[in-house]
Amino acid sequence: MLRRIVLTLVVAAGYVMASPLSTLAAERFITVASTTSTENSGLFRYLLPLVQQDSGIAVRVVAVGTGQAMALAQRGDADVLLVHHRPSEEQFVAEGFGVRRYDVMYNDFVLVGPRTDPAGVKGMTDVAAALAQIAARHAVFVSRGDDSGTHKLELGLWQTVGVNVRAASGTWYRETGAGMGGTLNIASGLEAYALTDRGTWLSFRNRGTLAMLIEGDPRLFNQYGVILVNPAKHKHIKAKDGQAFIDWLLSDRGQQAIATFRLEGEQAFFPNARKSGS
Amino acid sequence: MDDMRAAFLTALGLLVGLDRDLVAIVWLSLRVSLSAVGLASLLGLPLGAIVAIWRFPGRTAVGVMLNAMMGLPPVVVGLTVYLLLSRTGPLGQLGLLFTPTAMVLAQSLLVTPIIAAFTQQTMADLYEEYAEQFRSLGVGPGRAIWTLLWDGRFSLLTGLLAGFGRASAEVGAVIIVGGNIHHVTRVMTTTIALETSKGNLALALALGIFLMLLVLAVNAVAMVVRDTAKRVYG
Repeated sequence: MLRRIVLTLVVAAGYVMASPLSTLAAERFITVASTTSTENSGLFRYLLPLVQQDSGIAVRVVAVGTGQAMALAQRGDADVLLVHHRPSEEQFVAEGFGVRRYDVMYNDFVLVGPRTDPAGVKGMTDVAAALAQIAARHAVFVSRGDDSGTHKLELGLWQTVGVNVRAASGTWYRETGAGMGGTLNIASGLEAYALTDRGTWLSFRNRGTLAMLIEGDPRLFNQYGVILVNPAKHKHIKAKDGQAFIDWLLSDRGQQAIATFRLEGEQAFFPNARKSGS
Repeated sequence: MDDMRAAFLTALGLLVGLDRDLVAIVWLSLRVSLSAVGLASLLGLPLGAIVAIWRFPGRTAVGVMLNAMMGLPPVVVGLTVYLLLSRTGPLGQLGLLFTPTAMVLAQSLLVTPIIAAFTQQTMADLYEEYAEQFRSLGVGPGRAIWTLLWDGRFSLLTGLLAGFGRASAEVGAVIIVGGNIHHVTRVMTTTIALETSKGNLALALALGIFLMLLVLAVNAVAMVVRDTAKRVYG
């Protein structure tokens, strides 16, 4: 009896140990490096089953900040890059790491902060002026500080109003080095201001006293681009399937699917693909 | 406090409901961490025993190293394994990045020093009892190591369980080398990190409670097997 139990356990252990290797089996898949905003909002969870249904390609998404996503793709660890910081994307293509960049969709950034609004920025239409006011009053602002698309945009805005946030780091300006959600958790805990993409904000559940204070400034426009990693740089890149995924996103069906996706009843991403890339 | 209560209720709901995604995540967590402990035992048990028994130059240094490496930061191990497995890294050809196998590798690096250090301690104590008999019977070191490992097998289980605890609890390494890909490399700890980042604190904590129950169950099974085996084989 006991021998049988031990034998069963040994066989079970063997099975358990062997099985991680077996998941390597021939599923047709590509790896996409993308941003936390697309993952956290649930967009991929909505789109990817449709992609697989239409093309037979399983898409594996590694969701990190835009900076880290580009570093991954640069090393050849992803087949496709889907991020949101146009200047870096264009540089990525110019340096030969990507084949071509296509616009896919956009949404926007919003400024969130405590409902009490100590810096008095609610309802302002000029986001840069609002940031300047936050800086002038030394109201606590929480930054991603992680080289992500959101972080890069935020740094650009500070620059336009001549605020040196690096000098203020650690005082009223706090850099978390975390993803969007982690940063919102900290902003919520500190009752601080933060810049976030709308998708992550809509799906964020730990708002505490935070509320959306500013939206609609054209500078808060958030364009997502998609790039096939250059197979000339890394020969294992799955160029055919990667391009098929990109084509699907840009197709009428893909664009329609992006437009249909709802987050808390609101449209979170707006398709704007042009068939010609840059 | 509301979050805490919500977490316990959610955890209860998860246990009762057992949704398919969750079962897949739990199963992958178990597979990865148990495999890591298995792999780490293959390395750690002999390594610890050798260091305990063989007198070789630098033996103390190796012992100190093993003890220090029990504190390896998971995020550093993750980064190292990532650089090794990355397509431009030395093992990039294998295409193992962002697979469960990569996670097993990273976790076994974390667990091996724990098992080795624990084995070393257990074996050294046992060896003191047995050394004279070995000498009088003319038993060589290879045979001695095997005998000690076999005789100490019940105590060594604690080292394996400590290793399993370390593996199943860490998030820093697996999130880097696994990528937290839904349905492929998402395990309990990376799910908890993801739900925390979405602000789903109650759900995240509920998953944490679930993970702790899981580790408890594994430990309970191990103890029952040990006690039964002890009774039968003495």
